[in-house]
Amino acid sequence: MANTVLVYIDHFNGAASGASWETLGAARKVAEALGGGVTALVLGSGVEALAQQAFEFGADEVFLADAPGLKDYRAEAYATVVSKLAKDAAALLFPNSSRTRELAGMVAVDLETGVTPDAIAFEVKDGVIVATRPIYAGKLLVKETCAKARPQIVTLRGRAFPMPPPQSGRKGTLTKVEAAVEAKTEVVEYKASEGGVSLTDAAIIVSGGRGVSNNPKLAPPAGMTDEKQIEVWRAQQGFALVRDLAAALGAAVGASRAAVDAGYVPYAYQVGQTGKVVSPDVYIACGISGAIQHLAGMRTSKTIIAINKDPEAPIFKMARFGIVGDLHELVPALTAALKQKLGK
Amino acid sequence: MNIVVCVKQTPDTAATITVLDGKVSWGDAPLVINPWDEYAVEQALRTKEAHGGKVVALSLGPEAAREALKHALAMGCDEAILVSDPALEGKDSLVVSKVLASAIQKIGGVDMVFVGRQAVDSDTGVTGPQLARRLGWPALSLVAAVSALDPAGKSITVERMIDEGRQVVRSPLPAVLSAVKELNEPRYPSFMGIRKASKATIPVWSAAEVGLTSVPAAVLAWPEIIAPPKVETKCELIEGATPAEAAAKLADRLVAEKVL
Repeated sequence: MANTVLVYIDHFNGAASGASWETLGAARKVAEALGGGVTALVLGSGVEALAQQAFEFGADEVFLADAPGLKDYRAEAYATVVSKLAKDAAALLFPNSSRTRELAGMVAVDLETGVTPDAIAFEVKDGVIVATRPIYAGKLLVKETCAKARPQIVTLRGRAFPMPPPQSGRKGTLTKVEAAVEAKTEVVEYKASEGGVSLTDAAIIVSGGRGVSNNPKLAPPAGMTDEKQIEVWRAQQGFALVRDLAAALGAAVGASRAAVDAGYVPYAYQVGQTGKVVSPDVYIACGISGAIQHLAGMRTSKTIIAINKDPEAPIFKMARFGIVGDLHELVPALTAALKQKLGK
Repeated sequence: MNIVVCVKQTPDTAATITVLDGKVSWGDAPLVINPWDEYAVEQALRTKEAHGGKVVALSLGPEAAREALKHALAMGCDEAILVSDPALEGKDSLVVSKVLASAIQKIGGVDMVFVGRQAVDSDTGVTGPQLARRLGWPALSLVAAVSALDPAGKSITVERMIDEGRQVVRSPLPAVLSAVKELNEPRYPSFMGIRKASKATIPVWSAAEVGLTSVPAAVLAWPEIIAPPKVETKCELIEGATPAEAAAKLADRLVAEKVL
């Protein structure tokens, strides 16, 4: 148990995030260095199917806490269960998400140990995980260690580690654990986001900036006279083009802070230092100039493509491919061309 | 409602951050209140305005952190307290959460604690939940909206941002709420507020004064701080006689290079 590496499987309504399996793959590397095994933690209600998936992605053992009281993720209840299971482990890894960052922090308090959030790389030296994580929104990187306290807790950024190939039918030891659920909070309901692909999981992201509203050729509907109202209306027409391109590519839709602050789209879309930090394979920036805050949130994208009418826009310095021109003409043309090329 | 809002002093987000002699340097960039904390302060003030009570701004940091507290006072907080002690320098969130929890217990009778979702310097985003755990109160993290608040019944309902949308949660008070941008639009400090803040006395509490006779060592260490390698990307600009031609060329390149 003392050499065991635990991996928390993060899921929503029984569907695990891809990052959970990436974390299982990374855990194998840690376990090899420590000479221990990999145990997955599955918490929820009616989630036994996740245990089999965890075996296929490399877990030797699964601790399954399946109880009606764990149906909804509630930080207090989940932290208590995880802390109990993790107290003798060498390391506890989480795929980084809105849930796990909070959970990892709370477990660290219970076990009086350190937590390194959002690691993008790591090595194991003399039994200690040396994790690299961004600080100052990625303007710097820091190597962080927790030399003495155990378990070492690290959350791993999604898409920063390779997905292990699943081995169909692979088996392991399933251990069912009793979970006493203690939580003062109660989940009333969920409000789904407006469809589409989740930004943090997306392999491709198409984002719109301030430029989406800048289409003077578009005549506002009759009777619309308020300048601000016209601007937002124009932006919505512009974002429809961005969404069409995203839909053709199976991509998520993002936005710059300028577009969010101007009220074009809700905050949930914001990519950047004060929004979501993403690292997709492909990032297509439409009408985004590339303010430092925005670049901080997407600079680790593998290939950046920029469409902007200003040839001096900083985004072109980060981009692999670019077109200088009007996004309102270029984006629909690109959608059509790619649909044809990719046979969609 | 007795409300505490925790604030941190951080370098401005537009600052150029470098590594100097193995330490983080922001040159002569201004230090400001952590941008996320402004949403926390605003929500604390709105809660007080709607339900009465008092808002105390609390910060842990060096003397310079006074400026963040003054900003909070100028926005309208009633009081400010600085926890400052050489023994607390360079401590990680495990220690910080312990100190803040002790300070909040010393303030006493607190119904709600507001924090920003994370600090823009260390970017950990765990101090709020850790503080809640220390206090034994529910952590309501990433709050995007307060749907209902019943001060008499000591209960609150909030909408939390999750990756899949929003989770609506009902919780008893006291609780620790962490604020995201969608929660509100922070006000600017008023002229009167700034004048009041400049005259305010801000008490300084040492670690011992908040009840920590010995400060635990940090468990985390930073053996190395690295400036990320400069990515020199040569942008291939695609041109065409018409937008359709340029777009078609770009599509060709993306497919040929196996980008898509």
